[in-house]
Amino acid sequence: MTALPHSTAKKLGLVIDLDTCVGCQACVTACKGWNDAGIGLSDQDPYGADPSGTFLNRVHSYQVTVPDAPAQVVTFPRSCLHCDDAPCVTVCPTGASYKRAEDGIVLVNEDACIGCGLCAWACPYGAREMDAAQGVMKKCTLCVDRIYNETLPEEDREPACVRTCPTNARHFGDLADPDSKVSQLVAARGGYDLMPDMGTKPTNKYLPPRAKGPGTASPLAPLLDIKATGIAGWLDRMLGKI
Amino acid sequence: MHPAPSVILFSTLSGLGFGFLAFLGWGAPTPSGWVAFFLWALGYGLAVGGLLASTFHLGNPKNALKAFSQWRTSWLSREAWASVASLLSLSPVALSDIFGLGLPRLVGQVGGVLALLTVFTTAMIYTQIKAVPRWHHWLTPVMFLGFAVAGGALLSGHAWAPVLLLAVGAVLWAVWRVGDGAFARAGQTMGTATGLDRLGVPSVFDPAHTAGNYLKREMIFVVGRKHAAKLRMLALVLASALPALVLILPLGGAGIALAGLMHLAGALAARWLFFAEAEHVVGLYYGARG
Repeated sequence: MTALPHSTAKKLGLVIDLDTCVGCQACVTACKGWNDAGIGLSDQDPYGADPSGTFLNRVHSYQVTVPDAPAQVVTFPRSCLHCDDAPCVTVCPTGASYKRAEDGIVLVNEDACIGCGLCAWACPYGAREMDAAQGVMKKCTLCVDRIYNETLPEEDREPACVRTCPTNARHFGDLADPDSKVSQLVAARGGYDLMPDMGTKPTNKYLPPRAKGPGTASPLAPLLDIKATGIAGWLDRMLGKI
Repeated sequence: MHPAPSVILFSTLSGLGFGFLAFLGWGAPTPSGWVAFFLWALGYGLAVGGLLASTFHLGNPKNALKAFSQWRTSWLSREAWASVASLLSLSPVALSDIFGLGLPRLVGQVGGVLALLTVFTTAMIYTQIKAVPRWHHWLTPVMFLGFAVAGGALLSGHAWAPVLLLAVGAVLWAVWRVGDGAFARAGQTMGTATGLDRLGVPSVFDPAHTAGNYLKREMIFVVGRKHAAKLRMLALVLASALPALVLILPLGGAGIALAGLMHLAGALAARWLFFAEAEHVVGLYYGARG
């Protein structure tokens, strides 16, 4: 049903640390690998001149000019935020798009999807991409086929992007539980919502990059202002006159 | 937003068709015999042809029947119900007109209201989308209904048609006037989209991907805006001013046909702009207000 649940027992989601993310794209690759084997994420002309493909996670990078401090480059992974008030769910005409009452994961039932694309329009975050080969909508499943999968070793029962992240910038847990590791991270680091004014109440939170101190002068700076003396100085003056 | 021909054709043709069906159902005009057959066939042809065009937009049309299931929440599902309800409820009226069966007009009036309700549900599919600020305004359903009513009045040869056509022009102008500031008023920037506004002013350092993807093709459309001003003038003149003028001239049926074609061309231009000029907030992640 495309009616949203009044509340969900759990709010499973991700907390993404923009301070430690280095933009290595490992999460993109792990996500694509796992979900391509599962639900299928097609590519069109992948090795040709105009490659294109379906991805559930994309890593952007931004440069931020900071007043009275050095500028920063911030790498920024973007995927479904599993919103509490998910506009992509209610617009769906077939009931293919739904939010689970038990854990809050937003999913697509591909057997019911007509590929109208309205859910992708409704999402402010660009979290949904239509698979050009299958004609149905794809989105992050929070690796629902990993996190409850008892045939996997326990340490692997988390989303592929979290499992693979080499800098531990991605964290998975229950954001409805104030004592969970992820909730504590959000509280300690000032985790925030993307575009809160859109009224979507995202579950996923982003941890802001830590503030950098003022720029320090390079230890090599004194060497930049060398006055040549002696023969070198004479040469410098003579050559300067030519 | 990408101005997909299937969606532009669908919303323009079916809007005109349902508007005309509303007038026929309401009994203004009340044709009979072969004339009734051709007029009702035109109304049904436009409405159903438009609906068929919309299915070309679907990636997986075999599930189309499932679109009737979510009427409680989805405007697209409500549109499916309203269109079928109005087409079915008007069919006995059409037969009554053609064969002179003398069915009470009330049935046609109910069907006529349902036809306009269909146009309203179509408009609400776009209006509900908060992520496209230009659409997210009460003027969107006013414009869709305005086109349906004025177009229907034109095809019916109704005395009010010239006035209604001019009113559509005024609504179009208002839609553009209000819509041009909509994105800025929504207050979303690359800073709020990434949350990096708490740090400073962000700009794109490196694109997330060098090639295109579904999001960029579907929601970040920039090419057409160069010609927007010219197209707006063209849409205003063709959809509103010229057909209103032609209808005033004593040209009879030929005048209606000529005005109808002009109006349709103008309506298509206006609907193309409706999509091409609409900017989705996801463009902010890509450094494009597209």
